[in-house]
Amino acid sequence: MATTLNPTHVSTTRVARRFQLSRLWQLAAAHLALLLYTALALFPIFLVVVNSFKNRRAIFAMPYALPTAETWDPVGYQTVFNNANFGLYFANSLIVTIGALVLILLAGTMASYALAEYRFPGNTLLGLYLALGIMVPIRLGTVGILRLVVALGLADTLWALILVYTASGLPLAIFIMTQFMRQVPRELKDAARVDGASEYRIYWMTLPLVRPALGTVAVFNMIPIWNDLWFPLILAPSENVKTVTLGAQVFLGQFVNDWNAVLASLTLAIIPVVVLYILFSRQLIRGLTAGAVK
Amino acid sequence: MKKFFSLVFILTVALSAGLVAAQDETVTLTIESWRNDDLAIWNEVIIPAFEAQHPNINVEFQPAAPTEYNAALNAKLEGGTAGDLITCRPFDLSLQLFQQGYLADLTDLPGMENFSDVAKSAWITDDGSSVFCVPMASVIHGFIYNQDIFNELGLEEPETEAEFLSILQTIQDAGYVPLAMGTVDQWEAATMGYQNIGPNYWKGEEGRLGLIEGTAKYNEGGFLEAFEALARWRPYLPPGYQAISYPDSQNMFTLGQAAIFPAGSWEISVFRPLVDFEMGAFKPPLPEGADTCYISDHTDIAMGMNAATEHPEEARAFLEWMTTAEFAQLYSNALPGFFSLSNHEITVDDPLAQEFLSWRSECESTIRSSYQILSRGEPNNENDLWAMSAQLLNGEVTPQEAADTVQAGLEAWYEPQQRNS
Amino acid sequence: MQRSGTTRRKPFPIHIIVFLAPAVIIYTAFMIFPLLDSLRLSLYAPGESGEYVFVGLNNYQRLLTEPLWAPRFFGALKNNLVFFAIHMLVQNPIGLFLASLLSSQFIKGRAIYRTLIFTPTVLSVVLVGFIWRLILNPLWGISGDILGLFGIENQPWLGLETTALPVLSLVSVWQYVGIPMMLFLAALISIPDELIEAARVDGATAWHVFWKIKFPLILPTVGIVAVLTFVGNFNAFDLIYTTQRATAGPNFATDILGTFFYRTFFGIQLQPGNPTMGATIAGMMLLIILAGVLLYLFTFQRRLLKMDIQL
Repeated sequence: MATTLNPTHVSTTRVARRFQLSRLWQLAAAHLALLLYTALALFPIFLVVVNSFKNRRAIFAMPYALPTAETWDPVGYQTVFNNANFGLYFANSLIVTIGALVLILLAGTMASYALAEYRFPGNTLLGLYLALGIMVPIRLGTVGILRLVVALGLADTLWALILVYTASGLPLAIFIMTQFMRQVPRELKDAARVDGASEYRIYWMTLPLVRPALGTVAVFNMIPIWNDLWFPLILAPSENVKTVTLGAQVFLGQFVNDWNAVLASLTLAIIPVVVLYILFSRQLIRGLTAGAVK
Repeated sequence: MKKFFSLVFILTVALSAGLVAAQDETVTLTIESWRNDDLAIWNEVIIPAFEAQHPNINVEFQPAAPTEYNAALNAKLEGGTAGDLITCRPFDLSLQLFQQGYLADLTDLPGMENFSDVAKSAWITDDGSSVFCVPMASVIHGFIYNQDIFNELGLEEPETEAEFLSILQTIQDAGYVPLAMGTVDQWEAATMGYQNIGPNYWKGEEGRLGLIEGTAKYNEGGFLEAFEALARWRPYLPPGYQAISYPDSQNMFTLGQAAIFPAGSWEISVFRPLVDFEMGAFKPPLPEGADTCYISDHTDIAMGMNAATEHPEEARAFLEWMTTAEFAQLYSNALPGFFSLSNHEITVDDPLAQEFLSWRSECESTIRSSYQILSRGEPNNENDLWAMSAQLLNGEVTPQEAADTVQAGLEAWYEPQQRNS
Repeated sequence: MQRSGTTRRKPFPIHIIVFLAPAVIIYTAFMIFPLLDSLRLSLYAPGESGEYVFVGLNNYQRLLTEPLWAPRFFGALKNNLVFFAIHMLVQNPIGLFLASLLSSQFIKGRAIYRTLIFTPTVLSVVLVGFIWRLILNPLWGISGDILGLFGIENQPWLGLETTALPVLSLVSVWQYVGIPMMLFLAALISIPDELIEAARVDGATAWHVFWKIKFPLILPTVGIVAVLTFVGNFNAFDLIYTTQRATAGPNFATDILGTFFYRTFFGIQLQPGNPTMGATIAGMMLLIILAGVLLYLFTFQRRLLKMDIQL
């Protein structure tokens, strides 16, 4: 990119120097903008985490200060750990989220491959049908879903949640992935067909080529699944299948005026998601850049 | 991509392991409730006391957030997965569940004779033939104050509205927030404001029954005066009160920033562990020239049985135990401020709770005006009161406008009120 | 070539069914069926003794004309349009701006910025609502301190009819700006370097390169972002519910279709749920969102496809 200083356009070194100077300014401005926005994005989270370690009076009197020897008070965390089975809740959330993600990616890529690859009667209609689900509030179907779950004997199991989240994640997944599937070069697939590969084999081959879509869909679906409150409350409220978000909610209700406990449980709820996100985000970024083959 | 399948496999194994639940002799009863605040009390005090006498019954308290309780409970009842015991909201919400066949008839439950007709009035059919929930507690409205601030400023508990307003002014001049209350959650303005002081203006039951019969109106007499009295609170609310929520006001009071909390007695158990000052309580101040005091002693919470429970005998055993003096004593003291509705003689240890309870003998009791019958239609009377009380304190409407809106909402569907207009 | 041609011409070859079956079955059973089953209720009303009676489109007519329903419905629709407009005018331009900065190879630490700026997006709406309610809380005074730096007087932002909805929209923008940013970024970094180099060689400024070369190339992503924003905003619910509860105050100033639906369908406090009118509101939401998506599919996307062919 440094070669943009083409001699035919930039004739003297003075101009070149001025150009570099303005480039420097641009860089500084860009960094400033990014830094400011990053600060804006992180400041609220910082406030919560920092204050969760302080005593109640310090939270109100000095909200921005880091905890000091006098204001240090992990009482919020003690309350949280004494009152809820967060380890189990965390494992439940992890099983549900990963289970649903695997199913969404598998069923979603298969369907969007078929929609993007084959021309068959009703293709467009089916695509639209598969998108209908994101156009109504899913809570509308609560009772119907619960009845189905009961009929299948899945009430109060993690399977109920996995299946519901898979169903609710599929429309967006198929919508995004179909767009990406269409961009896979036809020559590659036709070449494979000439070599006698089965359609299933060709589908499997295309998956690495749509990795950005896989990463994007995984991240977008992971968030609402992990954070959902409604379906755990309705479909799996028992102690042994409770998810971490539902657990934290019971908590927030219980100690809504105990800011230590509130801030501590908020912090505890934030950390796993952020860790999970950072793990996935490597995949996401790698997927994004790998997809942008030049 | 093989990872996909190994993950699926691991998940399947993990899930099926979870499915094989241990089955033994004991029966487990699940309680549906919106009282997530009380989780520890049920788990540590009430349930162990019951289980000690019924070793074959295991009880689990499963609360949801109050805002989600009604919706979640209805969905679970329709889907057939609701718990065995169901905490009952007063009046129509529970009546509706009974009429739909979700709540069992408890009229013949042994021990039901321990409750007066007034206690049962919130969980009985309109014709009085069937009772469907065991009454648990009522809550009393009033004002809780910071004794230290009162002592510092040399203030006495106010008896009349004029004294109340002058105290508020003194507190404000001294630099404290007089009233810890905000309007963003809306319900506080109606419940802790309008319904708290209102009975003194509409003369308790006389006014409330008048509304039901169609002889009283929200936009005249006591009901209008109550809106006018509420509007006089405006200057004494905290700065930015339009965005102050219920937990905010609680914090403001317990941190000693505000002097008076317009309260329900349930706050006592919430405030106790949080405050480092003495608390006192006074009853709603009397309007000019009035000599009888009225308090809102609101039947608030009860327990019913899911008609579809698989363990009706055990559930009834639990409900029967809830009618005993033992339960009344345990519950009233574990949760000072929730006053047992049974006829048993019980002693409440908390002095602040005793103070609230003593008003029962000094004043005439009533319940909140919108709860019985009047919130059956659309627009909903209770919701209108929330919205208009909040609007009034926000200064968006006058007392007359607020009262007219609430009255018009009621007349839109409630026939006895239409006849009179 | 011929082989693939014949494969595709077969009517419903078995492998297409195999590919589609898992998604269609799970989706139909757990979403479409329960949703349609409830949506059906919008054509019924409770009769004399509580049983449902078929009333055709009467509920829709009531929703659009009766004084009890129409002002609430159109109020929620208007608020929802404002909510959407703020996302389109603030969230998506900021997302595009951040993405264009992050796509530059000269910026060091791109990966770190990218990861950090996306963080709020992964938080639960319950947490975000709670955090912002604390920050905007007059009691804690954070917003007052910060706005004071800029000479802006603090207000009870969430308690005033004029400010509550714009402020909550901005909170939602704060949370979700990472999504358009990531989508734009993915599109920007897939633009071939040669195109940009060629323009630079011709002496184009960075501004010019962006608007004349990059922007037209990422137009498909602009369309996807717009339609995702539309669908997301018209189905939004959680943030308003977490901060303002289902009453969507003050005085319904933050009431959007999602909260209106929830309040009606499930009820609130003493107001029992009204499944038939609730389903009617959901039906209207379906029509509105469907109309938006069809508009996108049949105008924007079709034009893009034509452009592709010309390229």
